[in-house]
Amino acid sequence: MSSGHDSSDIKNHIKVYLYVFGALAILTVLTVAASYLKLSDGEAILLALTIASVKGSLVAGYFMHLISERALITWILMLTAGFFFVLMLIPMLSYIDQARLG
Amino acid sequence: MNIPYTVEERPDTGLYNAKLGVWLFLASEVMLFGGLFSAYIFLRFGAPVGAFHEWGQELNVPLATLNTMILITSSVTMVMSWASLKLNDFKKYKLYMGVTLLCALGFLFIKYLEYTAKFDHHIYPSTNTFYAIYFTLTGLHGLHIIGGMVVLFYLWLPGSKMWESDPEQFTNRIEIVGLYWHFVDLVWIFLFPILYLL
Repeated sequence: MSSGHDSSDIKNHIKVYLYVFGALAILTVLTVAASYLKLSDGEAILLALTIASVKGSLVAGYFMHLISERALITWILMLTAGFFFVLMLIPMLSYIDQARLG
Repeated sequence: MNIPYTVEERPDTGLYNAKLGVWLFLASEVMLFGGLFSAYIFLRFGAPVGAFHEWGQELNVPLATLNTMILITSSVTMVMSWASLKLNDFKKYKLYMGVTLLCALGFLFIKYLEYTAKFDHHIYPSTNTFYAIYFTLTGLHGLHIIGGMVVLFYLWLPGSKMWESDPEQFTNRIEIVGLYWHFVDLVWIFLFPILYLL
């Protein structure tokens, strides 16, 4: 977050932090509740990771102030996300290849 | 000689140096945990169908849910400690930072209970590939909690003297240690469903 806030700005931020805390708590309960649904493996993974991604975005966006952070940080994180995606893709490709070969 | 850009922003980056440094460090941390997440996918695909879910049934979901709540609470108190300094309320900073440390201790205590319960049931990293990656991921995450606690403790007690000599730089220190702490929370947000629920 860039510097130079007056106290009313900070007080508004505090309200937002408490809302985000509430949202995170509700989403945690939802994550556990969703695990009791009768879903296929793929559906369960998709649902759990979607909820986790929403929670992660709230933490990064509001607690880590990414929502109002400088462009340089956003670029660094986008580059990191690209490499992270490749890292996740490698085992997926291996799995697809194995399935193709039978 | 003073270290430059500890408070004021560098004209080219628009950030004070320590904040840029911590974000770069966190980018490297993403790749560290990313490697292990990648290993998790490999091992899950390599195990018999449904085996990972079945092996994970031994884990204690209520305790892990409580731990998730504790870590989320510590993230809020962490950011509130920074906000308190921005409002020039040092007493509240001390209070929130103390609660953050208590939450961290609580998290580790619950993790200790979980680990000992597994060992009592003769479940070790060598039991199967699920527990190999479970202990590796949660162990590394736990080490990050311990490392963070050392820094938080320093800034709570001895390091807080800086508030009197340079309040702006001290506030920045709390902001960047907060970034690290929120990152540790963020990692747990993903570890919780993949290890305990799926």
